Amino acid sequence: MGIPFGYVLFLAGTVMVLGMICAAARRNLIMILLGVEVMLNGAAIAFIGAALRWQQLEGQAFVLFIIAIAAAEVSLGLALIVYLYHRTGSLDPEDYQVLK
Amino acid sequence: MTLFNILFFAIAALIVASTGLAITRRNLVHAVIYLIFGFFGSAFLFYLFGSPFLAALMVIVYAGAIMILFLFIIMMLRVEAPEERLFPPRQIVPAVLLAAAYVVIGGLLLINDPSAATPLAEARTEPSAFGRYIFTQSWLAVEIASLLLLVAMIGALLVGKRPAREDEE
Repeated sequence: MGIPFGYVLFLAGTVMVLGMICAAARRNLIMILLGVEVMLNGAAIAFIGAALRWQQLEGQAFVLFIIAIAAAEVSLGLALIVYLYHRTGSLDPEDYQVLK
Repeated sequence: MTLFNILFFAIAALIVASTGLAITRRNLVHAVIYLIFGFFGSAFLFYLFGSPFLAALMVIVYAGAIMILFLFIIMMLRVEAPEERLFPPRQIVPAVLLAAAYVVIGGLLLINDPSAATPLAEARTEPSAFGRYIFTQSWLAVEIASLLLLVAMIGALLVGKRPAREDEE
């Protein structure tokens, strides 16, 4: 009865790695932010699995805070992206060479 | 193979497939829509793991608010999609190599760890019990999170209000 806890951790790790690939390999600021969202999602899956594994509510409470922090991070990140786009007219991080 | 197991594997396949599709799309709108499917999968997983409140929150906040914010920004900026070179090799090769190494090593670690094989018992947290726990055991963290949201809102307002394209680019 029940799936092993390792499977849940493996799923969380896979989602985290997918987000990492997205954040490291895409060349678009919006896709990089999406990759960060995917990584947060993987962390939330791991926390929910751990909450069920040890029958504690702390894991679920942490997922609540992950969701709150993701909302804060996305609102600020998207505002910065809009500002950068209006300033430079591009979303490619390699185009931001003002200081160079 | 109980129904619980079948549901878990189906949902896991759904999450990985839609997330994998999302991160490889060239069109940003398609990527966001696929990611919404992935977050729906996570919500199902949360429900299966016995926290219906967090599942609802995942749909409302993540899929409903955060991803729609992404859609608004994409439509507002009117980015022409094909100009992005998808996965330039000098970025994708190290990323995929590192990711494969992490998956292999993590899988080996989980296979060799005896405590990772403990089966998960079914449990269910009622939203009222969860709320009581949150507001008695971690009320300070709730206050800090609300303060963080307020700060983020003020910051987003300030950054977004700045008059754009003043002088140089």
